[in-house]
Amino acid sequence: MFGITRETGMTKRSTPSLTGRIFGAVLGGLLAAVPATLHAESVLTVGMTAGDIPLTTGNPDQGFEGFRFVGYNLYDSLALWDLSERDKPSDIKPGLATEWQVDPNNHRRWIFKLRQSVKWHDGCPFTADDVLWNFARVTDKDAPQFFTQQMALSRTYVTNFESVEKIDDNTVAITTKVVESLFPYSMSYLLMVSRCRAEALKYDWAAYANAPSGTGPYRFDRMVAHERLELTPNKDYWDPKRVPKHDRLVLIPMPEAATRAAALMTGQVNFIEAPAPDTIDRLKSAGMQIVTNKYPHNWPYTLNFVRGPMTDIRVRRAANYALNRAEFVELLNGLAIEEYATMPPGTPYYGNPVRYEYNPEKAKALLKEAGCMPCKLTIAISTSGSGQMQPLPMNELFKSQMEAVGFQIDFKVMDWNSLVEIGRSGVPKYPEIDGYNGSRALLDPLSALIKPVWKIHWSPAGSNWGHFYDPEIEALVGQILNDFDAEKRLTELTKLHELENDRALMIWVVHDLNPRALSPKLTGFVQAQNWFQDLTPIVVHP
Amino acid sequence: MIKYIFRRLLYAIPIAFGVSVVCFSLVYLAPGDPLQTILPSDASADTIAMVKAAYGFDRPIPIQFLKWLGRVLVGDFGESIATRRPVLLEVSGAMSNTATLVMFAVPLSFSLGYVMGAIAGCFPGRMLDRAITGTAVMGVSVPNYWLGIVLVIIFAVEMMALPATGMGANGSTAFSVFRWSDDRFLVLPVITLSMVPIGIIARTTRAAVAEVLNQDFVTTLRAKGLSEFAVVRHVLKNALPQVLAVMGLQFGYLIGGSILVETVFTWPGSGFLLSKAIINRDVPVLQGTILALSMVFVATNLLVDLLQSMIDPRIRRS
Repeated sequence: MFGITRETGMTKRSTPSLTGRIFGAVLGGLLAAVPATLHAESVLTVGMTAGDIPLTTGNPDQGFEGFRFVGYNLYDSLALWDLSERDKPSDIKPGLATEWQVDPNNHRRWIFKLRQSVKWHDGCPFTADDVLWNFARVTDKDAPQFFTQQMALSRTYVTNFESVEKIDDNTVAITTKVVESLFPYSMSYLLMVSRCRAEALKYDWAAYANAPSGTGPYRFDRMVAHERLELTPNKDYWDPKRVPKHDRLVLIPMPEAATRAAALMTGQVNFIEAPAPDTIDRLKSAGMQIVTNKYPHNWPYTLNFVRGPMTDIRVRRAANYALNRAEFVELLNGLAIEEYATMPPGTPYYGNPVRYEYNPEKAKALLKEAGCMPCKLTIAISTSGSGQMQPLPMNELFKSQMEAVGFQIDFKVMDWNSLVEIGRSGVPKYPEIDGYNGSRALLDPLSALIKPVWKIHWSPAGSNWGHFYDPEIEALVGQILNDFDAEKRLTELTKLHELENDRALMIWVVHDLNPRALSPKLTGFVQAQNWFQDLTPIVVHP
Repeated sequence: MIKYIFRRLLYAIPIAFGVSVVCFSLVYLAPGDPLQTILPSDASADTIAMVKAAYGFDRPIPIQFLKWLGRVLVGDFGESIATRRPVLLEVSGAMSNTATLVMFAVPLSFSLGYVMGAIAGCFPGRMLDRAITGTAVMGVSVPNYWLGIVLVIIFAVEMMALPATGMGANGSTAFSVFRWSDDRFLVLPVITLSMVPIGIIARTTRAAVAEVLNQDFVTTLRAKGLSEFAVVRHVLKNALPQVLAVMGLQFGYLIGGSILVETVFTWPGSGFLLSKAIINRDVPVLQGTILALSMVFVATNLLVDLLQSMIDPRIRRS
């Protein structure tokens, strides 16, 4: 292991005695005869930002980092994300299902053809019965395999699921509650676990956590609770291109950014997530590779459309014109790009949204026209949290720029958990809050564009936090979900993105560039434009 | 003495009950959701209600408390919401890892702090006293997480002499204090953790010694012609009960683990466990950890009281 080798090298050695030298010479000779195949193990050791090891029992906790490092490495879903390219936004591709299509006679029914000859890590074959069993595990309270924790972690992705049936050994049909043309995206988040292993362990999920079995590119090897998870390559993985090119993957939770950077520089790990912007130059000078790429993330303020100043579109636009986003990028040492609309540029449905360039005079004029001077806003922010970047200095900068044009910002500062609670409960419970600053994952169009504006997702039933409603947008959403022509749907999604931007749905600030730091001994990593990443092509050189 | 010990043990029972009520209630007073770790951020109200019911968080808080207390009394602290591992296992494992740190931090900080304080107290107002007092104030004042990061930069990153993080190259389960390659992981966290107790104990000892030195019996001892060494021996013995009380508190602080130090060094101890439980609102782990640490404090104070009364019988009579 990279870290261990270095560490052993630092241990003091005494001068060997004559006996020691003779023994060494004999041993050396014997070792020379050992075939070269017994090479030193190549270990990819990752310092994660997560505070703990993500769950190994199926859908993981710890947000999308859990999916990135544990979920998609141990398991597969019917649809997977194509993470092979750096230069274009990634989309879903066949996973445990080789193809899918909507039933032409019933647009609520989806037919999924399953991949054949796939085996679980425990050796059992993957079948249509396994798919039915997995759906029951998270939806059917009476099924023996029902697991409350997994129900909670999967619920968001099966809200539109009604039933699943086996057509034949290699085909299943999933029926949704309402027509939803984007349904296959939801199937990329439901990870399939082995029925064989669960039955062998008599549904003891605590035991399963220490002996998980999936179909993913890595197998479980060893776990030290809260400290490290070790995975080894699944040499029989159904996609030969994704068989890991290293001997072992070690995942270590390191929530503290300074600790991650120090661990990388001392060789204890060779891949770290999210180095702090102020450590980038130091890491570069130590020879580390810094990789960045745009991805579907944004750092906006989600607004209250029920009461307060943000119900007035002029105030929302004024807020967007008040921000000098270049200063945010500078604050983040260049590790972000300016954000003028929900999606980052380059997204297929980006279109031609209004560019709210920094214009303090226009912002002042709009506020004056709206009669909101000073325009008092109460904003909830967190001190840290998943995807929150550098929330305190960024919010300080936001406050200074907003107040320069006539806003008066009162921050309600809280920890991440409390902010998540506000985000879930929405304006019905927190009507006094005019907006909250929470980063968003914009992986698929349903979560990125539709849920935040769709009336049936008004909080607390869903993620339309501020109860946004616009008849034109509502009609367009209905059209998109009923449209099964991909080209036409793309045009409609583009229009939706532009309309949301025109209505100043949020105060947009920056898109993160997702920095990572890698040891110079690693090659082959392709940073996809996604929250998830493929670690399998990484080669660890001695 | 036996009567005194019995009385002190009886006093500890209501304290332990009070601690259990406070630690249970504190968790519910904090904002946030106990099921945050397993619920997606956009979970709907229906989903939240369903999961709360499944975990028993929909029942009235007094009922939840009584059920929890009933289980705790028979040694069942419940299961972690996040990992489903028994809380007792989680807490005992973490406390044992912290105990490994404490095993080295206690002798280092207590002996160094006591010696420094005694020397300063015996020479009040002199250069030596000022130097020691200044060092002690620095020990107390320097934030230990900052010190930890500085030590990592110097000894791990720049000099490459010691590891920066973790408990052994293969995790705590493979850790052995009898192996230098593992002990190297202890050096920086132990030094960082010891700084505050060294400062506090040195200052307390200095104040106690200086105070005892001004008492009449010291003049009497000197008038009787005792050597200065014998006088100091009497002074130190008389100052000890006061210092012991502070050492007891510091022992509790050390065994509780420092959240900041353990986070900086990713040391899988009780402080790190507590911080993760707070962030995730893992209520059973949070309650179990706080209760276990509080009980350590109660037991340590009890032990210190008994030790004090053995050294100075006047305490027992009062």
